[in-house]
Amino acid sequence: MPTYFEAKQLVTPGELLAEGEYQAGENTYVEAGKIFASRIGLVDLETKRVNVVALRAFYVPKVGDIVIGSVIEVGFNGWTIDIRAPYSAILRASDVLSRPFKPQNDELSQFLDQGDLIVAKIASYDRAHDPQLTVGEPGLGKITRGQLMRITPTKIPRVIGRKGSMISMIKQETNCQIILGLNGVILVTGKNTADEDLAMRSIKKIEEESHTTGLTDRITQLLKEEKAKQPQVEIKQ
Amino acid sequence: MSSLITKVRQRQIQQIIETGKRLDGRSLTDFREFKIEEGVIEKAEGSARIFLGNTQVLVGVKVETGEPFPDTPNEGVMTVNAELVPLASPTYEPGPPDETSIELARIVDRGIRESKAIDTEKLCIEAGKKVFVVFVDVYVLNADGNLIDASALAAMSALMNTKMPNFEIKDGELKVKQGYTPLPMRSHPITVTIGKINGKLLVDVGAEEEAVVDARLSMAINDEGNICAIQKGLSGYFTPQELIEASKLAREKAAELRKKLKW
Amino acid sequence: MSEKHEKLIDKKGIRLDGRKADELRPLKLEVGVLPNADGSAYVEHGKNKILVGVFGPREVHPKHLSRPDRMVLKCRYHMAPFSVPERKSPAPSRREVELSKVIKESLEPALFPELFPRTGLDVYVEVLQADGGTRCASITAAALAIADSGVPMRDLVVACAAGKVEDTVVLDLYDAEDKLGAADVPVAYMPNLNAVTLLQMDGILSPEEFEKAVNMAMDGCKKIYAMQKEALKTKYMTVKEEEPKEEMEE
Repeated sequence: MPTYFEAKQLVTPGELLAEGEYQAGENTYVEAGKIFASRIGLVDLETKRVNVVALRAFYVPKVGDIVIGSVIEVGFNGWTIDIRAPYSAILRASDVLSRPFKPQNDELSQFLDQGDLIVAKIASYDRAHDPQLTVGEPGLGKITRGQLMRITPTKIPRVIGRKGSMISMIKQETNCQIILGLNGVILVTGKNTADEDLAMRSIKKIEEESHTTGLTDRITQLLKEEKAKQPQVEIKQ
Repeated sequence: MSSLITKVRQRQIQQIIETGKRLDGRSLTDFREFKIEEGVIEKAEGSARIFLGNTQVLVGVKVETGEPFPDTPNEGVMTVNAELVPLASPTYEPGPPDETSIELARIVDRGIRESKAIDTEKLCIEAGKKVFVVFVDVYVLNADGNLIDASALAAMSALMNTKMPNFEIKDGELKVKQGYTPLPMRSHPITVTIGKINGKLLVDVGAEEEAVVDARLSMAINDEGNICAIQKGLSGYFTPQELIEASKLAREKAAELRKKLKW
Repeated sequence: MSEKHEKLIDKKGIRLDGRKADELRPLKLEVGVLPNADGSAYVEHGKNKILVGVFGPREVHPKHLSRPDRMVLKCRYHMAPFSVPERKSPAPSRREVELSKVIKESLEPALFPELFPRTGLDVYVEVLQADGGTRCASITAAALAIADSGVPMRDLVVACAAGKVEDTVVLDLYDAEDKLGAADVPVAYMPNLNAVTLLQMDGILSPEEFEKAVNMAMDGCKKIYAMQKEALKTKYMTVKEEEPKEEMEE
């Protein structure tokens, strides 16, 4: 029984990918024993599994994911957070305050106000309820500095690279702290805006060229070229 | 509407459809018993009320005078409006026409207009200046499925018993004379709506069955058996083969109804 | 506007705009044209110019329209006041309300509503210039916009109309043919699933002519589908692969 594609071929929703003894992987669906693509992407075969790496997809919350979001509403016992997903997320006051929560006495906007940014983890999520966030772990909480950028969530793994090699290289060469939200929101914090801009340009380039070969080379090249352009920073004593 | 029909009932309907029958004992291609009363609203120029199963639709026709459209100066004007009156169903709310009632009106309109059922040239009083305007108002009084076919049948019946005032132009003025003239009709289109449940095609879908129908096809058939309007509705689809079957079924049922109604 | 005594199709089978009976008007499709929308597409089909923007899946407002078990599709077909010769009032007309409904119902079969309960997908169609067949062009562009937004789909939806002018069944009627012709049959189609999701007709056709028109429209749909795929591929493959200097592991 055949497959109907070549490796890394660009497919569109509804295109027939395979028939017979294959498994339906990412971004595919089965009907009458046939596997079809459900999103635009690059199709590939992993042993017997037909996968489509989507070129366009939005973030769907998953328990355990680290995400970056913004406060859209301060409520009575928590905050509503925009995590750039079909559902907004909830952060309960009880998660932020380390002591019992008293609605009359505690002014929630003092901790997090509308427009504030946070790094959080998805603590729970099911079909009937909006995702619940937690900031009760090290590295999570309110963001106070840095620049924010957004890329298609499906490209985040490419930005991370094999065993984190890509993101490590960018961090090193630009001297920036980079937090990758799995919802496609990225926080870049550097010593100056030039460094931050370079990091962001590199990430943007990865997003645009993720489906091509030789990308690692080109990013290395970009980082080297840009650093050579920058004047040597005087270290003030 | 489907909130009124329980999941258990929906499954019953699907199961019995597989056997080629329906919950009320009809076959897939049977219309419910129906009755049309004509001339029920004396103050309207024409009217008819249909009882199709428990679906009740009243159509009133008012004829007034007005200006013709600029691109058809010799022709009268017809306009169809439909109201899903709140008393027709616990789920209907008062308010301006929603997309369902607008679609209903336009489907009924299309059948009448495209078949040229009304001889609009005979509605001309003074070319370019004055014509008769025929207002067809569809009033759904009880919703129990197949509002489209019921409304179309009632609308045609109403038009067929519509009487226009006699008039003459004297000294450049329109004067009403004694007596009435029947609305000039040229064609008597019949609309048949087909619903699809689990790949099976049914006619005259009842309210409970509507909860399970995934696609709907309405076809208006004229006296010669030709098709003059089509509208697919609902969130499902038809295969090309199903379209051919549906077309054949619609024409067969239209011919049957035409014979029964003696149109 | 053509004069009434001029024939819409001449003895050689050539129509007023120079086309043969089974010829499509020129078509241009572009994907991802609106930066703020989650998905978007633009179509020029003959003189039609239509823009579609898609937002979602996102929370439904007002809340009572949201469904606990599925995504709700909302569609608004709207014509710009300057899109037709006589300025059209911006308020939605009954025709626009009906078209919004049938376009929505032509797209719904292509979606997986159970995947995103309690959300809505909003499709906004703006007709910037109209010349007959706007609902078909709108559907073709809307399907592209939805695919562009990343919402999973069973299939693309493509639409095309056929009809009758004088005594000939023709493909893709433009405004003059629609107004003066004998029948117009718009068809929307999911090409891989062989499913018709929109079918309307006005005019008078014999059953045989109707079948011929639907088949002709579906052929037109298949041609336009190839253009849809091309538009999507062009959008997502704009960076050409460079020749790798050595074999590099990704």
